[in-house]
Amino acid sequence: LMSFSTSCWAAGGAGAADPQLQRFIEVETQKQRFQQLVHQMTELCWEKCMDKPGPKLDSRAETCFVNCVERFIDTSQFILNRLEQTQKSKSAFSESLSD
Amino acid sequence: MESGFGSDFGSAGGAGGKLDAGLIMEQVKVQIAVANAQELLQRMTDKCFRKCIGKPGGSLDNSEQKCIAMCMDRYMDAWNTVSRAYNSRLQRERANM
Repeated sequence: LMSFSTSCWAAGGAGAADPQLQRFIEVETQKQRFQQLVHQMTELCWEKCMDKPGPKLDSRAETCFVNCVERFIDTSQFILNRLEQTQKSKSAFSESLSD
Repeated sequence: MESGFGSDFGSAGGAGGKLDAGLIMEQVKVQIAVANAQELLQRMTDKCFRKCIGKPGGSLDNSEQKCIAMCMDRYMDAWNTVSRAYNSRLQRERANM
């Protein structure tokens, strides 16, 4: 999805150091991350929340989508936190791996 | 460097060499928008095919077409709901930091 970006920046040598372009890249990258997650969550939550497509999104389905987004992010955070914890307590573990 | 949009927009000066940062940024934004639209369409097609087409027949019958049309609208509704919910969550996270 982002493959177009590198060829554009390579052409103008000074462009890489240009703070305006740098800022632009940061902002667009951030926006893209957001978009990608929306695509991903819509796909996942559709499986969980949508039965047969009707004339409109009923309130039950709408609530399901909202809950789905919240729980997905909770899941993501939970995984990161727990991983961090197990890394800390298992520092001896990684040492024994190198034996 | 030749990009797909380069010849369409063209720089006023015409001469090679000087790259207009503003022009590049506009081109990139367009490319991003196109890529996102393609992504959306691809996933929508996948989901609606699964929901609406049972055993594939010789053509799309009326009920299948109606289903696909409704499905497209519902998928957009879902996408917008997810986008709003995610945005709210991000705001909340930022407020808590």
